[in-house]
Amino acid sequence: MTLLGLLEREPSHGYDLKRDYDTFFSRGKSLPFGQVYATLGRLVRDGKIVVGEIEPGVGPERKRYVITDRGATEFESWLTEPVQAEPNLQTVLFTKVVLALMLDRPAEEYLDTQRATHLRRMKELTDIKRGGNLVDVMLADHGLFHLEADLHWIDTTAARLDALRTVVKG
Amino acid sequence: MKAIEARDVALSFGETPALRGASISVAPGEIVAIMGPSGSGKSTLLHCLAGILVPDAGEIHFDGHRIDTLSEQQRSILRRDQFGFVFQFGQLVPELTAEENVALPLLLGGVKRAAALNQARPWFERLGLGGLEGRRSGELSGGQAQRVALARGLVARPGALFADEPTGALDSLTGEQVMDLLVASAREQGTTVVLVTHEARVAAYADRQVIVRDGKVNALVHS
Ligand SMILES: Nc1ncnc2c1ncn2[C@@H]1O[C@H](COP(=O)(O)OP(=O)(O)O)[C@@H](O)[C@H]1O
Ligand SMILES: [Mg+2]
Repeated sequence: MTLLGLLEREPSHGYDLKRDYDTFFSRGKSLPFGQVYATLGRLVRDGKIVVGEIEPGVGPERKRYVITDRGATEFESWLTEPVQAEPNLQTVLFTKVVLALMLDRPAEEYLDTQRATHLRRMKELTDIKRGGNLVDVMLADHGLFHLEADLHWIDTTAARLDALRTVVKG
Repeated sequence: MKAIEARDVALSFGETPALRGASISVAPGEIVAIMGPSGSGKSTLLHCLAGILVPDAGEIHFDGHRIDTLSEQQRSILRRDQFGFVFQFGQLVPELTAEENVALPLLLGGVKRAAALNQARPWFERLGLGGLEGRRSGELSGGQAQRVALARGLVARPGALFADEPTGALDSLTGEQVMDLLVASAREQGTTVVLVTHEARVAAYADRQVIVRDGKVNALVHS
């Protein structure tokens, strides 16, 4: 989905995609070229991207990949749908925020929607605790503390969006 | 039907705008949490809703009546007769016993001492405070003091309870006990609750959460 998002920005070569992926999303371990092309191949097969003009020369570097309507639609729904409020979503949320900023989408709105989704889940867990046995309470607490950590991250990120936008847009 | 409503409320402290067009409405018996970062205007909004502060612009309604246009004295009577309060630091009167602290709103409302203490007493069992009736606030733990403050806030069966960071000074388990009791007691009495908190786990006890940002209220958009 990340590569699809990068292609939504502009048609790109595999090399550019790898470079941008490594810059923002790889967290230290860079994406092997093999994996980039395998993923692109799968996206082509599924009709989400197509190979644009082929430039003269040899090797895979000549191909520019272009997102299709189907690919753009799929990316859009992934970006705008809040993630299920399960704990430990930081990496998905982070990827969404960075891509939203790159593409000039309303990142703050996405964070607001995500915050609401998290709070609703926290309310469900709190209701479970009331009247639940101790095991239910402890399990619900585990979820609550993790969701709370996510929320702290969401709030801090919302407060830093302008700075992050500058970094991401270069 | 609304129990409490603020319409486009603005309020500045000197040059500092604390609220800039804040609107919120709370249904009877509803428990609403006001969240938001520190300094966003949560307490100021609560104080406006509770008739403690008068906004520079906008309207505050309680039970269908406008309250921001009332005189200082009328608002003070309204607060005494209709509202209960719980603040971050219990703010019990140190010279009084726990029992006298709970009875205080009744005494101020003109109830005779014996009757007031009689009405206060059942709250101690109810909130797990049995045996602590005679203690002064210095002899209570933070959680106990906060439960006494909660009893004091609810003893006169107010139409609305205003709580500002009621668990802010407590550890998380003690804070949960206070919230459990607050929600259960308010529901039992049908009291409308406006709860200010910056903690999501506390806000999750409410029926509904709103966020104050830059002096405005944002309803949460559930997808
Ligand atoms: N009595 C006061 N005098 C001057 N400024 C105040 C006063 N009370 C609040 N403020 C200011 O108003 C803004 C909102 O404060 P407050 O409502 O206490 O926020 P919150 O409760 O969300 O932390 C802040 O900038 C704060 O510094
Ligand atoms: Mg405050």
